[in-house]
Amino acid sequence: MGNSSFAAEAHGLVKEFDGKRAVDGVSLSVPAGSISGILGPNGAGKTTTIRMLLGIIDPTSGTRTLLGRERPLEAAREVGYLPEERGLYPSMPAAEAIAFMGALRGLPIAAGRRRAVELLEGRGHGDWARRPIRTLSKGMAQTVQLLGTIVHKPRLIVLDEPFSGLDAINQEKLEQLIRDEAAAGTTVIFSTHVIAHAERLCERVAIIAEGKVAFEGGIDEARGRLRPIVHLRTRASDGPWRAALPASAICIGGEWRFELPEGGPEPLLKALLDGNAGIETLSIERPGLHEAFIAIAGAAAASAMGRVAATEAA
Amino acid sequence: MTLPETLRAAFVIARRDFTATVFSKTFLLFLLGPLFPIAMGVMFGGIGNRIDSARTPPQVAVIAPLADFRALAAARERLSPLADERPFLILRHAPPEHDLAAQREALLTDEKTERVGVLDGGLARPHFTGAVEADGRVVRQIRMFVDEARRGPSAAAPPGPPLGVTLARTSSGSLAFARQMVARGGQALLFVLTILLAGMLLSQLIEEKSNKVIEILAAAVPIASIFLGKLFAMLAMSLIGIFVWAAAGTAAIAYFAGGGLGALPPPAVGWPAFLALMLVYFAMSYLLIGAMFLGIGAQASTVREVQTLSMPVTMMQIVIFGAASLGVGKPDSREAIGAAIFPLSSPFAMIARAAEQDAIWPHVLALGWQALWVALILKLAAAVFRRSVLKSGPAWRWPWQRRRVA
Repeated sequence: MGNSSFAAEAHGLVKEFDGKRAVDGVSLSVPAGSISGILGPNGAGKTTTIRMLLGIIDPTSGTRTLLGRERPLEAAREVGYLPEERGLYPSMPAAEAIAFMGALRGLPIAAGRRRAVELLEGRGHGDWARRPIRTLSKGMAQTVQLLGTIVHKPRLIVLDEPFSGLDAINQEKLEQLIRDEAAAGTTVIFSTHVIAHAERLCERVAIIAEGKVAFEGGIDEARGRLRPIVHLRTRASDGPWRAALPASAICIGGEWRFELPEGGPEPLLKALLDGNAGIETLSIERPGLHEAFIAIAGAAAASAMGRVAATEAA
Repeated sequence: MTLPETLRAAFVIARRDFTATVFSKTFLLFLLGPLFPIAMGVMFGGIGNRIDSARTPPQVAVIAPLADFRALAAARERLSPLADERPFLILRHAPPEHDLAAQREALLTDEKTERVGVLDGGLARPHFTGAVEADGRVVRQIRMFVDEARRGPSAAAPPGPPLGVTLARTSSGSLAFARQMVARGGQALLFVLTILLAGMLLSQLIEEKSNKVIEILAAAVPIASIFLGKLFAMLAMSLIGIFVWAAAGTAAIAYFAGGGLGALPPPAVGWPAFLALMLVYFAMSYLLIGAMFLGIGAQASTVREVQTLSMPVTMMQIVIFGAASLGVGKPDSREAIGAAIFPLSSPFAMIARAAEQDAIWPHVLALGWQALWVALILKLAAAVFRRSVLKSGPAWRWPWQRRRVA
């Protein structure tokens, strides 16, 4: 690895398939030792971005480095990858499949077999070791593949939609595994279209929409893009205090919802008290990543639309 | 990616493929498959021999006075050393009856005895009637018997000593012919083995593409390593098959032919070197054609596509074999040298050369040349796979398309 403090970096990655642009100038930086999420709806370009970062495909244009190497395959021994479309040889026993994945990334096969059994037994699945993959359920096979991803103790783990197809218990186990790996100093990058996972696990997120990075930064930074939301219920339905509520405030079932005004909570509280609104309940909530995502991805799309309109007008 | 790392990765792929193939139940069938035709051949050969031995030579009824018949039979006997594997006609005497035409008709239509015809008229006016070809073997033999019978046994032997005979093991004519036969045999064997075994490489990547393992492999190792590993795994598997079949074949030759390879004429480089070259050239032919098949097959995404591709590639192999066989018998001709230089036909041309010329250095040169082409074809196949299947890198465009884009 070079001197870079980033485990992965991309600059202006573009990928076209048959003339159609799937990834459009993606730039992102993943700090070493972090848990980073790539968030975006289906078809946004997450998997293509990951495949370019890992060197499975070369970009149409742009550059990327993986663990400091410009040729990602040169870092293969230090990388673990769980693809979106899981794939294992059906006739291979589980322990052998794990060892094979390790061997592909430079782990001697004997050590791989030993570690495979340890990993399986450590999770209470020692009886899977000799069972061919075809006899395992989808969730079990997914666990085997995940263990194959970490068997060679990589410095960077890349997981593409790792939670899809897992039940709640296995999702929780996977979250714990990601936390454990990160605690041991491993960098983890995972893509997901489920915001809750990113919110629980990630320190940083890159939000990708329509092939572009709409946002890249810390979770708090993403959430900080939105104003806090005020939930207000009053005994009086009308009065001079209504002037303190922003024009965008909406009332649903007797509850007012609106963004906290720029002036903060104090002028609002004063107006409510002075105007005898009769406060029943009042809460000010920070927006979640979900709200931030909708706002950011939506804003980016609107911005793109605006650019197209401007170009056409010119 | 460095060469040692590429080879290490190829070994990992090869080990997986080899064990997955060799330790499967179908591999037993693969080993036994080519033995079935041999067993069938032996079995039907035995039956055929019995049928042949049960067949008696054709009979001809001779309506003639006894003296004439005896003269004909004696003539047949005197000429019999000229008959080889197929003995002469058998002559059966039929004393002349009053109505010759009726007698002839009765003999021809008598189904109790299989006759090919009737000879009547004795030696004075011989005439043959029968359902045979006008100038066929039967008529020619009868003509010869009649001539010899007329000459009679009393004809004096010509003066002079009898023919002296010295038997030589070989002569230049017989050696050249024998070596051509070995050359053609070696080429044919190489071709049959390659056509039987290299075709399997067409479908080698279908498994990885259908079960999505290709993504795991492509993320961890260079595509060239995947191709190289698969190629060598299948070569190793094929060599196991060849050793088993060769052992069975040697046992069969020893049992049926007695002398084994010693009974066959020796090739120019000698049997040990020739057999070693057969093995090496098989490996090279397998790697060359296999690398190309692997590259072509990797473009296919379904078994149906592979099946559709298999016929044209088999035809291509036949063309290559045909081109290589043009040079047999004239190893210094333009055809032979051209076939030795063209990478895909080179192993076939060179094994023929090994049978006909004893120089070893051209083989060293050819093997180096062929190895270079294996590497080039693999590299090209990997690049095409990355570009067209994985859709990696900038899209390929014709020069005029590039100008339009620019």
